[in-house]
Amino acid sequence: MSEMALQGAKARTRSRVGLTVRRNIGWGVSVLALCGALSILGAIFSFVLARGLPALRPKVFTTVTSGIAGGLENAILGTLMLVAFGVLMVAVIGFGTGIWLSSYASPKPREFVRLLTDVLAGVPSIVVGYFGYILLVKIAGWQFSLAGGAIALTIIMLPYVVRGTDLALESVPRELREGGFALGATYTTVLLTISWPYALPSVLTMLLLATGIALGETAPLIYTAGWSNYMPTWQLTHAPVPYLTYVIWTFISQPFAQSHALAYAAAAILMLMIVVTNVLARSWLESLARKQHGAR
Amino acid sequence: MAASTIAGGAAKPRRPGVSPQDLVLRYGTTSCAVVTAATVFLVAAFLIVYSYPALRFNGLSILTGMTWNIGNQYGTGVERHGGFVAAPGASFGAVVFIFGTIASSALAMLIATPLAVLAAVAMHYRVPNRLKTLVNVLVELMAGVPSVVYGLWGIGVLVPWISNDLGPFLAARFPNSPLGGGAGSGNGLLATSLILAIMIFPIMAATMRDVISRFPKQTFEGAVGLGATTWQSVTSLVLPALKVPMFASAMLALGRALGETMAVLMVCGNALNLLPQNIFAPVNTIAAAIVSQLDSALTDPTGMAERTLAELALILFAITLSVNLVARLIMRGSDRVKRTA
Repeated sequence: MSEMALQGAKARTRSRVGLTVRRNIGWGVSVLALCGALSILGAIFSFVLARGLPALRPKVFTTVTSGIAGGLENAILGTLMLVAFGVLMVAVIGFGTGIWLSSYASPKPREFVRLLTDVLAGVPSIVVGYFGYILLVKIAGWQFSLAGGAIALTIIMLPYVVRGTDLALESVPRELREGGFALGATYTTVLLTISWPYALPSVLTMLLLATGIALGETAPLIYTAGWSNYMPTWQLTHAPVPYLTYVIWTFISQPFAQSHALAYAAAAILMLMIVVTNVLARSWLESLARKQHGAR
Repeated sequence: MAASTIAGGAAKPRRPGVSPQDLVLRYGTTSCAVVTAATVFLVAAFLIVYSYPALRFNGLSILTGMTWNIGNQYGTGVERHGGFVAAPGASFGAVVFIFGTIASSALAMLIATPLAVLAAVAMHYRVPNRLKTLVNVLVELMAGVPSVVYGLWGIGVLVPWISNDLGPFLAARFPNSPLGGGAGSGNGLLATSLILAIMIFPIMAATMRDVISRFPKQTFEGAVGLGATTWQSVTSLVLPALKVPMFASAMLALGRALGETMAVLMVCGNALNLLPQNIFAPVNTIAAAIVSQLDSALTDPTGMAERTLAELALILFAITLSVNLVARLIMRGSDRVKRTA
């Protein structure tokens, strides 16, 4: 009897020990997976910066590319122009669609457009690029151009901005809007003076994150923006535009140290831009949102 | 009643005076929504219309043919199928691209999914509160690193490592297996899958963390209160309960992997007319082929090569669309179940 009890106790202890071991291994492996992934992020950053920063001479910013050498002035400017143009367009269409979804749409069309936005988010960037090539470069006859590249980037950014605007306006507290209605404000007034200012910080956060995505895109631009060794102009069509990601992709496969240096320099500039937009999006605007929500 | 109609997002109180501002806002935003919705259909429509000659010319052979050959650009005569012509000897078989797309994504999912589940669990339950924001920002930054930069890192670090270290190491230990064929240049299926795994990991980890964070805290604490270890609660309570939305998160990441272009293009080895014999062998994917084959396609005076690339884009669109739709439907379904429960 007592022996049996003893055996039972032993078994329990053993299983207890087993549990502890399994728990520790489980949590250990989980934390390790997370740390491993973050260390890959660290490795990529240190790799790009270690090779890119030494290549960042002032000349890189003041000369244009010539063949596979020279500087990156044209590519930096081209990237900024393409993205600025795209952000401008996506701000109009994306904000508009988001406002319509959250404030005007009736349930069925709303579900449908939300589904289509999700679908658009899943379209591979190269498919968007080829679509731009067919429609803008071939059929519309714009050739490689600023407008073509910017429109392709707009399509890439659109689902993020639409979803961000939609969610931000949906999360405006109902009491706040009812307060406006109670004071006799019209639907439009409540939307413009209460809901929109309230949602703006999170809307802008999403727009900045989308900007970061657009900065790093390559595939949609290969077929629409083309590439050029010259400084980009504001000519909308019939003039190819250089951009940074093209330099990274093509110059790294050239057999010259000089072109490799340019590729790494372009990658370093790009990573810094993306970190800045991400950090801006997170810290500045989130603190703004917190202040606003706190003041409520 | 009146208040609830007003507060409901879609309801619009009827008012006698409609100002121009109301109209501008209403119809302006409606037309924006029409543009957004139309974009999806335009993408599909233009791909179908532009690739129609290719669809007719290639028939089913694009799904069964091994050989990608845009034909003899200097020969005489033409190749004629389905009422459309291509250069003599042209044959557009995409089996290599389709196989490469599926194999590299499947391998990437195999590597990334378990790690992402574990990392998501760690992010929710083990990262101290003061580090949570930092870790979240880092994971999202990892998702925000451009594809082309992953490709650059692949060329600079991963591919040489596979060629110089991993390949010889595996070849010495498993000489007669798919692992032991020798790594060659390092560009190939394994490099592609590893890069894809690294790229989809943060996307999966972030969405899975969101899924886990919605699990009711009381239920978890109840399990711990009954004597389960935290790890037991996670593995036998939280994860089984969340398997449907977790699966949907994985499907969304799979959609990304299937359509990933630049990083894959830079490390896949750009195989043509050849299926990989071991995990190091060069492969090609649909997305990478659309980029790498355009230059030669443009030299085809019949235009059939270019139109077949549009057909490839259409196939990729169809594949990613179905994967994404399945994921969304599952997600929605599980949301609805939760709401009614």
